[in-house]
Amino acid sequence: MTRPEIRGVILDILENIAPDEDLTDLNDSDPFREQMELDSMDFLDIVMELRKRYRVQIPEEDYPNLNTMNGTVDYLEPKLADTPV
Amino acid sequence: MAGPASQYDVLIIGAGLSGLAAGIRLAHYEKRVAILERHTTIGGLNSFYQLRGRRHDVGLHAVTNFRPPTLKPLGPLAKLLRQLRISWDEFDLAPQCGSRVVMPGASLRFTNDFDRLQSDVAERFPDQIDGFKQLDAAAMSADTFDESREFQPSRERVRSLITNPLLEDLLFAPVLFYGSPTPHDCDWRQFAILWRALYREGFGRPRDGVKPILKTLTKRYKALGGDLWLRHGVQAIRSNGGKTVGVTLDDGTEIDAPHILSSAGLPQTAAMAGDAADLPTDPGPLSFVESISVLDRPASELGYDDTVTFYSTRDPRAGDRFRYANPEDPCDLTSGIACSPDNYQYFEASGGPHDEGCLRLTVLANPEYWANLEPDVYTREKARWHAAALDAGRDFDVLPDVTGAQASHVLDTDVFTPKTITRFTGHPNGAVYGSATKIRDGRTGLDGLHVIGTDQGYLGIVGAMLSGVSIANRLLT
Ligand SMILES: Cc1cc2nc3c(=O)[nH]c(=O)nc-3n(C[C@H](O)[C@H](O)[C@H](O)COP(=O)(O)OP(=O)(O)OC[C@H]3O[C@@H](n4cnc5c(N)ncnc54)[C@H](O)[C@@H]3O)c2cc1C
Repeated sequence: MTRPEIRGVILDILENIAPDEDLTDLNDSDPFREQMELDSMDFLDIVMELRKRYRVQIPEEDYPNLNTMNGTVDYLEPKLADTPV
Repeated sequence: MAGPASQYDVLIIGAGLSGLAAGIRLAHYEKRVAILERHTTIGGLNSFYQLRGRRHDVGLHAVTNFRPPTLKPLGPLAKLLRQLRISWDEFDLAPQCGSRVVMPGASLRFTNDFDRLQSDVAERFPDQIDGFKQLDAAAMSADTFDESREFQPSRERVRSLITNPLLEDLLFAPVLFYGSPTPHDCDWRQFAILWRALYREGFGRPRDGVKPILKTLTKRYKALGGDLWLRHGVQAIRSNGGKTVGVTLDDGTEIDAPHILSSAGLPQTAAMAGDAADLPTDPGPLSFVESISVLDRPASELGYDDTVTFYSTRDPRAGDRFRYANPEDPCDLTSGIACSPDNYQYFEASGGPHDEGCLRLTVLANPEYWANLEPDVYTREKARWHAAALDAGRDFDVLPDVTGAQASHVLDTDVFTPKTITRFTGHPNGAVYGSATKIRDGRTGLDGLHVIGTDQGYLGIVGAMLSGVSIANRLLT
């Protein structure tokens, strides 16, 4: 997957988890939590959806990497490089 | 499929709201899961049934926590629906018209707008409003996820802020009636949950009752590949060396699974799992008799406009306090919960108001009395106490005269008792709110056996679903 594809995947997951949020103006460098309501259960859901869809394991100590869209894409890029969309 | 597989990742005992919600989460994350239900239908304490051509809800007065996801921060129901991947609109919840709590000397209105209650309190109890605001702040900031088992009384906390006994009783009655398994009091965490659920967020209801909610949950669960087996009661939970290994069904069939979630309640779960589960076994003392009167017109045309009315005829000003306890009489006629499912603001798109009306009345009842009657006496006593409860509500001016002047508008009635509840859900004593002891972390003495639902301490439709989701999440992470 390319960076834009990974971004698309994350957006899709966010939309699936929080359909009541408007994500059109999401700023990629600001924390998700400052732009939408995302509690710890929702956050875990992102991790679990990634595991379910692409079999990526994300250890708890890496969670801080997933605070922003840019951070998430940076973090996932090497892990999903060989994974098709 | 002819029957359950011989092995699953997780087995769930009970297809009530907690079991269905847990099943959805687990199936969504690819666990092989089966729900085993002894009864012939889903829903447990909040099911529905067909009687003489009409569909009735067993319980549903109100879905609490009415706070649509357009309002931030999200309320518990909106958060729960996110977890289930169900949109708010699928439950078709229409907002209530308005509810009341009534006692001699005062009544308070509460709607889905908290200011209404607050201004009623300010107007009727001007010297108590500061205490009321502090109580609200305390309830809003309470740690409701504290998992310790000790009972945390609410009375003293409330009394330190509310010094008028009438106001104390007025504020306690709805909270106790809608979710306390403890006579006269309520665990503070539960008080805070109910304060938010009833007063801060309010009530909604689908036009067609609990059925669309249960159908939505079941459809979602099955679409995710979950198995649901009705008429499959669990007789025993098997374990080995302190670890759960599976269950034995009523017919002797064995199914293996390393994890079991039980919504059967503590006494029954203890009976199924044996001493190793190390669970308290008090069944809980409180139960109710509930009656349904079907009307030939909406209840408002007979003068009943409230969504829910909580009332007590005792006068706290004279030291006669609201009594929330197991009565010595078959039913306690000094208090009750009246409710009309007509008094919601149903959307035209969902079909608008109903043509027929409905009035429900719930009173505290003595479970032993109802459990031990001969069949013909049982039928007669149901009719007698049903009429007596309606008369008491009418005499207190909260109910229309459906046993007298307006009796011709009643098309049908049905009454159920603690015995009915035990028969259909297995809960001993007909204990609607379960044991007084709650296992808030869901853990038992057996690895792999988890308690969900009422006896985890999360009550009501929304509470039960949240409980299922929270324990499922623990298994998933
Ligand atoms: C009259 C009444 C009115 C109510 N009104 C409201 C209301 O207006 N709003 C609200 O929010 N809540 C209301 N409630 C409360 C609400 O219905 C319950 O809190 C909630 O449904 C509990 O769900 P649960 O999953 O914990 O348990 P249950 O619904 O009790 O589910 C347990 C299930 O387990 C099954 N079971 C038990 N033992 C076994 C076994 N050994 N093997 C297989 N299956 C087994 C039972 O048959 C049952 O289906 C009401 C309840 C009643 C009785």
